[in-house]
Amino acid sequence: MFKKFNTKEDVSGQSKTKSSVQRAIRSKILEQYPALNPYIEELLPKKEPLILVKCHDRVNIVMSQNQLLFFNHHDGPYFPHLKVLQTYPDIMPKVQVDKGAIKFVLAGANIMCPGLTSKGARLDTELPADTPVAIMAEGKEHALAVGTTTMSTEDIKKINKGIGVELAHFLNDGLWKVPTMA
Amino acid sequence: MSDDEAQPEVQDWPETRVLKDILYCGVCSMPPEYCDYSGTTKKCKKWLSDEHPDVFSRLYPNQDLSKDLEEKATLKEGEEDVAEEGEKKKPKVQETKAEKERRKKAEAHVVICRIERTKRKRVITVFGLENFDVDLKKAAKLFATKFACGASVTKNPQGQDEIVVQGDVQDDIYELVRETWPSIPDDQIDMTEGKKK
Repeated sequence: MFKKFNTKEDVSGQSKTKSSVQRAIRSKILEQYPALNPYIEELLPKKEPLILVKCHDRVNIVMSQNQLLFFNHHDGPYFPHLKVLQTYPDIMPKVQVDKGAIKFVLAGANIMCPGLTSKGARLDTELPADTPVAIMAEGKEHALAVGTTTMSTEDIKKINKGIGVELAHFLNDGLWKVPTMA
Repeated sequence: MSDDEAQPEVQDWPETRVLKDILYCGVCSMPPEYCDYSGTTKKCKKWLSDEHPDVFSRLYPNQDLSKDLEEKATLKEGEEDVAEEGEKKKPKVQETKAEKERRKKAEAHVVICRIERTKRKRVITVFGLENFDVDLKKAAKLFATKFACGASVTKNPQGQDEIVVQGDVQDDIYELVRETWPSIPDDQIDMTEGKKK
């Protein structure tokens, strides 16, 4: 989604949100990531204006205190920016890819099932399809990408072919390189 | 750490660890454990060992920069083990990528084109400034104030951005560009005459 992302070209506008919209966004994020409850005041302080950055392809980015924090696509589920995810690593379910896959993930490839089922990869939690997941890597401490599962973990194990997780945002992609916006 | 799980166990407030002050590499901006994949691994390693020797020794045990330098020396001699070669090929490919970008920059040109609009009316387009990390909008504003004429950023038929200055100021712009952005080499600024579009 953000493989190529350029603040100049891909941002069509940013606007301060009404407080009602702000509340809605906040509650939606909390609903999705209940673990953030104790910290939400740090991330999205009520007092600070919340800015919605609209980008092409119906991508919305939630920004507060000049930090990009969450984004979503087509009003879908919110994904945390990787910096947020790395600070609060346990807010979303994780899958782990093996070492060989890291290179491709960092180049923006979707994650194929074998990369999730081989030795070194982990699929511990049972997840249904279309769940936002954090993508960890073998032997690494921090998440390297976020994505959505395209099938349930059961199917991933069973079918073991094709795309298992569709990538949304990864380390060193366009979004990562734009930490703040004026 | 990576192998403990998110806890979807039903609890009103699932807990999360909070890691503040995560270290990010100053070269590739990723957490240092991913520097291997950045394409600038050598620079990253050097940065890490300079700035955070403790992390460096944790991430790359039994390895220090001197070995890297040695490797380089052997490389220069042109004699290296076959096994090592295979290991090195990958980063090399990525480094050439960075090199390509650099070369692209070296080849980039700024074109200042004088285009006739109607008889005795000319506009100047400045193309290629963005290759030198110039903010086109700001540059346009600068031209507009300097020459007291209209200047705007527009897309040309090829879909690239260029600055159109509504005034016959080709030579002045050349001077101004040279003064304001000294990083642009003189011989990379081209002056051309264009026909009406």
